[in-house]
Amino acid sequence: MLEIRNLHVAIEDGSKKILNGLDLTIHNGEVAAIMGPNGSGKSTLSYVIAGKPDYEILDGEILLDGENLLEMEADARAAAGVFLAFQYPLEIPGVATMTFLKAAMNAQSRARGEGELKTPDFMRRVKLGAEKLGIPQEMLRRGLNVGFSGGEKKRMEILQMALLEPSIGILDETDSGLDIDALKIVSEGVNALRSADRSFLVITHYQRLLNYIVPDTVHVMSKGRIVKTGGKELALELEANGYADYVSDVAA
Amino acid sequence: MASVTPLKTAAELSLLAQAEGSKSVRQNSFARYAAKGLPHRRVEAYHYTDIRALLKDAPAPAQKAGVAPTHFAFNEIDACVITLIDGQLTAVPTNPLAGVSMNISDEVPDDGLAARSVFPSDGDPIIALNAAFVHRTLRIVIDAGCAIEKPVLLRCITAGAVSAYSRVVVEVANGASMTLIECHECASGGLTNSVVEIAAGDDVSVEHIRVNLGDESATVLTSFGGRIGARSALTSGNFVTGGALSRHQVFLRFEGEGATATISGAALLKDRQQADTTLVVDHSVPECVSREHFAHVLDGEATGVFQGKIIVRPHAQKTDGKMMSRAVLLADGATMNNKPELEIFADDVQCGHGATVGALDDDLLFYLRARGLPKPEAEALMLQAFVGEALEMIAHDGMRERLEWLSETWLKARG
Repeated sequence: MLEIRNLHVAIEDGSKKILNGLDLTIHNGEVAAIMGPNGSGKSTLSYVIAGKPDYEILDGEILLDGENLLEMEADARAAAGVFLAFQYPLEIPGVATMTFLKAAMNAQSRARGEGELKTPDFMRRVKLGAEKLGIPQEMLRRGLNVGFSGGEKKRMEILQMALLEPSIGILDETDSGLDIDALKIVSEGVNALRSADRSFLVITHYQRLLNYIVPDTVHVMSKGRIVKTGGKELALELEANGYADYVSDVAA
Repeated sequence: MASVTPLKTAAELSLLAQAEGSKSVRQNSFARYAAKGLPHRRVEAYHYTDIRALLKDAPAPAQKAGVAPTHFAFNEIDACVITLIDGQLTAVPTNPLAGVSMNISDEVPDDGLAARSVFPSDGDPIIALNAAFVHRTLRIVIDAGCAIEKPVLLRCITAGAVSAYSRVVVEVANGASMTLIECHECASGGLTNSVVEIAAGDDVSVEHIRVNLGDESATVLTSFGGRIGARSALTSGNFVTGGALSRHQVFLRFEGEGATATISGAALLKDRQQADTTLVVDHSVPECVSREHFAHVLDGEATGVFQGKIIVRPHAQKTDGKMMSRAVLLADGATMNNKPELEIFADDVQCGHGATVGALDDDLLFYLRARGLPKPEAEALMLQAFVGEALEMIAHDGMRERLEWLSETWLKARG
């Protein structure tokens, strides 16, 4: 269970406050969607949960199964079960995708006090995962994300999530830059990972993604807070009416 | 106005005493050195590596060879190994490899005045010192048309706090191919001064690799001269983790059309180490290609220096030259000096150079850490990739893998 309580966050130099007392609880097995206009703080929330160092936490706490994530470095949070699928996955020339995947999986195993994976087991798992997401073997030999299309990068993020088996997967605008076919593949990849002990936080501008990854709860974010919470029908309502109601409510 | 005679440093006084006390020192070459003394920061080619200030003393040349260390980093490389201890050259294999002959020669070493010399004609003081003090020359000849599979590996050891001078001249006849590795191990307080010359004929393929694994208080000064014939390919890689002071000079000249030179270097330095690569590529004929890629990883108070000059002579049309130097600074005290130079006198050429100095990308680091890699491991992975770009240019698989492993070891030790 992920619990965020009264979270206040500014960018590092303190010049601009982005999250203003955000509260959010996501139960095990739950798929929560966060929607909101540009600049409402959605991506910041995802970065703060994952442990990006560019932010100053002014107040509040983030607990994953009772553990305070804010006291951990990004790699410790990953080992504790946080996975962030980046909106813009980074390219790392010279680091073969396979090498990177193995390093990440082994680092997390070590951090959890488990043994490292045997190479044949690792290869089998990657091959299987890649096939499901339509990722050709040739891509796995190339530098991580180097020369990949937008869709290929997003599929690679989902492959990483599948291999790392987090307890909470955060998808930061995973639908951006995807055509309808890629959107379906990525969504199927996510849906296959849904389970009773894994939750998801799906951040998106548009309702379209939520046709494929059907959420249990929908939260509307504006000016750094959750201003409305509802079921999946809330996404449809937003699609029809836009964010204007919620933005002006807070401003008033 | 009276002329100013600068005071001699302790090292310069030692060198003078060593030259005066010895009949075997070649006085003409010593005079070429002595005319200028040890190079300092007001000498353009040594502006960033002030040998006069950095060299505290010049230990006496060894009278007899010391003992080689038992551990050798390249033991597993299947090579024809020639061990040169303290510059003493007494015997070489009589039939080293098919197509290869070796002999010890008493020829006068080139100090920049020999016919077709690639070394500076106005006298490089370090090469002049080598020509003055080196005992004898190891001459290696590769017969025409012979493809020598096994590398020739020169294990150059300075076994104690002595000066070791060595000179190796390699002739690669038309149509032949070979790999020459020079690995420098220099003990604490030692001074290595080595010169390697390769004359490549036409249609030749030569790979040269220089490695400096010296002690952290050693001085390793090496010079490499290459003449490249028509349609030949020469690659030269330099790898440095050792030495308090490392200077590697490369002088290359294209002498026949359609040839290619690929020059690379990787240096991983910490504490107060300094490593300098100074490169001159002379496109004296048309239609030759040169590629240079240098990577420096600098931690602590280390200093990296890259000086690269590409000269394109007036008639050397269709020259294609690209030079890149990249450095990552891991600490506030680290310094990188880049000086790329292009001297282009022809009008139909493609030449470019680039130099970057920076820290590791924070966003990339976060991406790796968000996947569970602890900071040191994430940094090591990024640095390994950074160094890998330069090491990739080394063609010999065994050496490239070994150098990658040595980089990994360095990065792991950094913690």
